[in-house]
Amino acid sequence: MDLIRVRDVTHTYKSGVTALYDLNLTIEKGEFVFIIGSTGCGKSTLGKLLYRELKPTKGTILIGGENVGKISNRKVYKIRRKIGVVFQDYKLLEKSTVYENVAFALEIFGLTKEEIHEKVIKALELVGLKSKVKMYPRELSGGEQQRVAIARAIVNGPKLLICDEPTGNLDPETSLEVMKVLESINELGTTVIMVTHDINIVDKLKKRTILLNAGRVLKDYPKGEYTK
Amino acid sequence: MRGLRILGRNIRDSFKGVWRNLSLSLASISCITITLLVVSIAMILSANVNNFTSQIEKDVTIVAFLNQDIETKAIKKLETEINRLQYVDKVEFKGKDDIASEMMAASETYQNIMSDWTHEDNPLQDTYLVKVSDINYISSVAKEIGKLDGVNVVKYGEGMVEELVSIFNMIKNVTIIIVVALILVTAFLIANTIKITIDSRKREIEIMRLVGASNTNIKIPFFFEGLILGIFGSIIPIIVTCYGYVALYTKLHGQVFSSIIKLIIPEPFIYQVSGVLILIGMVVGIFGSLRAVRKYLKI
Repeated sequence: MDLIRVRDVTHTYKSGVTALYDLNLTIEKGEFVFIIGSTGCGKSTLGKLLYRELKPTKGTILIGGENVGKISNRKVYKIRRKIGVVFQDYKLLEKSTVYENVAFALEIFGLTKEEIHEKVIKALELVGLKSKVKMYPRELSGGEQQRVAIARAIVNGPKLLICDEPTGNLDPETSLEVMKVLESINELGTTVIMVTHDINIVDKLKKRTILLNAGRVLKDYPKGEYTK
Repeated sequence: MRGLRILGRNIRDSFKGVWRNLSLSLASISCITITLLVVSIAMILSANVNNFTSQIEKDVTIVAFLNQDIETKAIKKLETEINRLQYVDKVEFKGKDDIASEMMAASETYQNIMSDWTHEDNPLQDTYLVKVSDINYISSVAKEIGKLDGVNVVKYGEGMVEELVSIFNMIKNVTIIIVVALILVTAFLIANTIKITIDSRKREIEIMRLVGASNTNIKIPFFFEGLILGIFGSIIPIIVTCYGYVALYTKLHGQVFSSIIKLIIPEPFIYQVSGVLILIGMVVGIFGSLRAVRKYLKI
């Protein structure tokens, strides 16, 4: 069953640069998809369109049947509550503990302390950081910080997790640790889309891989078919 | 219940926000404190000047001296006619016998001279003492009274009153301009200091948006933070106003230079000034905070 349908999507920035041209792709529920390509191929733009940081200039993006391109800026939060997003720079609150960083995503929903605690601990357990709840981001390694960011992204139980270069700042070994976490999240039923330029990881994991080139899909490799 | 939980959490987060960004919060609070102190002084000055001028205004009276041969019936009619005039606030009759009694009570010399006077011997004139509702119209009211039948002459301190009125008006206008200008400057200064505080938390707002916080979700904690900064910032000015004004009032025995210039009695005046100060602090704090957040909301 389709979770994401991208139809004839073009995105042109205000500067006049067109990053994507008539892009079409479909991603099914529960898939793990890599989006790769050289710098400037439009992969990050596609990620931003999916979590509605940008609006397509043309075409439609349906996520769970909802046209995200039509959502006004004021209503963006509605789609964000259904999508988890992870970035290369973690985007953690430096002055908050690991626990507070993850709980932050739940507090806006008005859950009770007990409900929040249960969900936060569960998410931190999944990323292997249950023992570090009281630590601050500066006291953690890069990989651990990224795992906190992942815990925050999944704590709300989103159907879709979008990762924009999540291993960009990490060494190969730590990157693999983070990938293991993402795989386990995917195994629990969350659709994972990962924008990356880390070919080694893509090659190792053998997931469905969409190769972009100059704003167009150059090749869509089914699971297990991509090789360096 | 859910709404209450969110509100409670927002208030708690606001305190955390103030605490975690302590140096910038203190900068905002200090800015509010200093400017509100100046506003407080200006307000106290302005209110006292206004009090003094209105006190003087109240004392200014038009005295209409009636003809010597005026009949009792005509005196009554005259009162109705004066009352009918625009800007007349109060009309009081003071007969020549009353005036003589007052003069005798005030001085022994008068007592010796006047004690033998009968009503017919009394050379003084019956009078109407007229107060106006707006001192700016005193000369026109006096002129109108002067035209009435039975009125001999009208006195109200011509020339001096007009001059006083124009001086009072000028003082009032200047103090109002100073207070309004100070409040505007305060609002601008505080809003800018808070803006710097919020600017440093751009990342926090970005993350809030990322995890699905609506604009309202984002604004509420900052609303309370602005409120907290405003309240904290007005504490010292309120203490200084309350204790300072009472001390000043006591030291000067409630008057400046002479008994004519009376200071406003501290209670409830200091509470009113304090109320205005905390209100300015809160409004400006909230305004500054929300204005800064708005920039990052992508509405």
